[in-house]
Amino acid sequence: MKPRTGIPETLGAWLLGLAWILPLIWAIWAAFHAGTAATSFSPLAPLTLRNFVQAWKAAPLARGIFNTTVVITIALVSQFLLCTPAAFAFARLSFPGRDALFALVLVQLLVSPDILMVENYRTTAAFGLVDSLLGIALPYLGSAFGIFLLRQTFRQVPRELDEAARLEGLGPVRRLWQVYVPLARPTYVAYGLVLVSFHWNNFLWPLIVTNSVATRPLTVTLAMFSTPDQGLDWPVITAATLLSVAPLLVAFLIFQRQFMQNFMRAGIR
Amino acid sequence: MTRSERREAVAGWLLVLPAAALLAAFTHYPTVATLWRSLHGQALHGKPPSFVALANYRAMVKDPVFWQALRNNAVYSAAVIPLSMALSIVMALAVDAATGARIRGRTFLRVAYFTPTILPMIAIANIWLYFFTPGYGLIDRLLAPFGFGNWNWLGAASTALPAMIVVAVWREAAFYMIFYLAALQTIPPTLREAATLEGASRFTFFRRVIWPLLTPTTLFVFVNVVIDSFRLIDQIVVMTHGGPDNGTTILLYYIYEVGFQYWDSGYAAALTAVLLAGLAVVALAQFLLLGRRVHYG
Repeated sequence: MKPRTGIPETLGAWLLGLAWILPLIWAIWAAFHAGTAATSFSPLAPLTLRNFVQAWKAAPLARGIFNTTVVITIALVSQFLLCTPAAFAFARLSFPGRDALFALVLVQLLVSPDILMVENYRTTAAFGLVDSLLGIALPYLGSAFGIFLLRQTFRQVPRELDEAARLEGLGPVRRLWQVYVPLARPTYVAYGLVLVSFHWNNFLWPLIVTNSVATRPLTVTLAMFSTPDQGLDWPVITAATLLSVAPLLVAFLIFQRQFMQNFMRAGIR
Repeated sequence: MTRSERREAVAGWLLVLPAAALLAAFTHYPTVATLWRSLHGQALHGKPPSFVALANYRAMVKDPVFWQALRNNAVYSAAVIPLSMALSIVMALAVDAATGARIRGRTFLRVAYFTPTILPMIAIANIWLYFFTPGYGLIDRLLAPFGFGNWNWLGAASTALPAMIVVAVWREAAFYMIFYLAALQTIPPTLREAATLEGASRFTFFRRVIWPLLTPTTLFVFVNVVIDSFRLIDQIVVMTHGGPDNGTTILLYYIYEVGFQYWDSGYAAALTAVLLAGLAVVALAQFLLLGRRVHYG
């Protein structure tokens, strides 16, 4: 039996927990109450869904959710398809220049695309992809994080398995597909989850590269909606905010253990 | 090189090439292009930008907003880095099952600590905007009984940057807690039992056993929080637009402003070059001081 923590520690941990959850609870409170009741804390104030209805009508949230989903799909498919072979080559093949190239790949962990937004905007414009969904995904079609994570996983595949497949005459591509990828499934799940959550939340680059309702992802739609000159009251903005975080938040609350485990798996280096 | 070695080398290059080309197009090429562009003026009336040598950098040295952005960034980083790291360790220790003692409501606390990680920064910003609203925002309401209570948190020079720091720490601590939690779970529980038998206090156990074992994680988190402290501007874009009087303008925000509101790409490139130099220093320090210990390999 492990000892229970003392009262001061428990109290501290709970205070911290409250501070971290309070903004969300406050947002939920405000979103479910009308006008003045949103800022008074009377527990008997009537609940309402009016704010959600109003937010859904006023902001093109459905469009935003659709755009975000498309961008995520493009980035996910592209990263899986491109990072997998690269990670395999870095993990298990020897070719001249490999280590130097890998070091260059890791530079992206330090210099993320948003730091280079001015030049990346030029490149995107040169491809004619400004204000397009592909343009939002463009800097994220490849990923040093993905290559690194998959390389780590592939390196843990026993060499004997690889040798056995090689002796059966399988070339590198079929070994990768038949031996490595199936064994790396948990890593793909974790990587996919981190990617989905990153792009669901990504803001700065989509803000720069989009300029119409048709292409704005959810975060930018929400930001446009929440600017003060829209003249909306806070409960409605808060309701819109909750609507946009809801899909990921609900998924997280249901699968919180798996969510955290997968984030941890992606985090263990 | 034998024939099979040659084939492997070719296969290796072919497999790496597509991903490497894309990374090069959006990381390495723009890095080099930024440096080149910083030596050029603005493109006007369809004419190509002229070569101006170091004029952008000379203008930068005389630009008070640039210096203010640097100062703000220094304050922002100096606060965000240690606060985020300390809180993420404390949170991870509080909810870790393997090494610590049991705490009441552990599952709730884990969810509470972790939640900001899956919220978009822009949603976080919206919620905190409401929090900071003068008069009826929650913070003013909590402070009202103490005689405060109508303070324009985001509009006053003295509190706007601290408010941005609070929001950043709220997000960062939640995000990096997960790395510490992952690391704590690899620590064998037998160590805890041994320490208990030896009669070591929990603090001693932390200082002598857990903290040293966490070193690789701490170094990894440190490097990433440093990078984030140059990068995290979503909440500034939404909440303050860099104001009041550039009071919350940090370097990347200034780059965004110069690049996409004044459309001065030459000057934005020069500012980016400064940021890249800062990141290069971080990378170099990591390499020299920490060597291969946090190395991604």
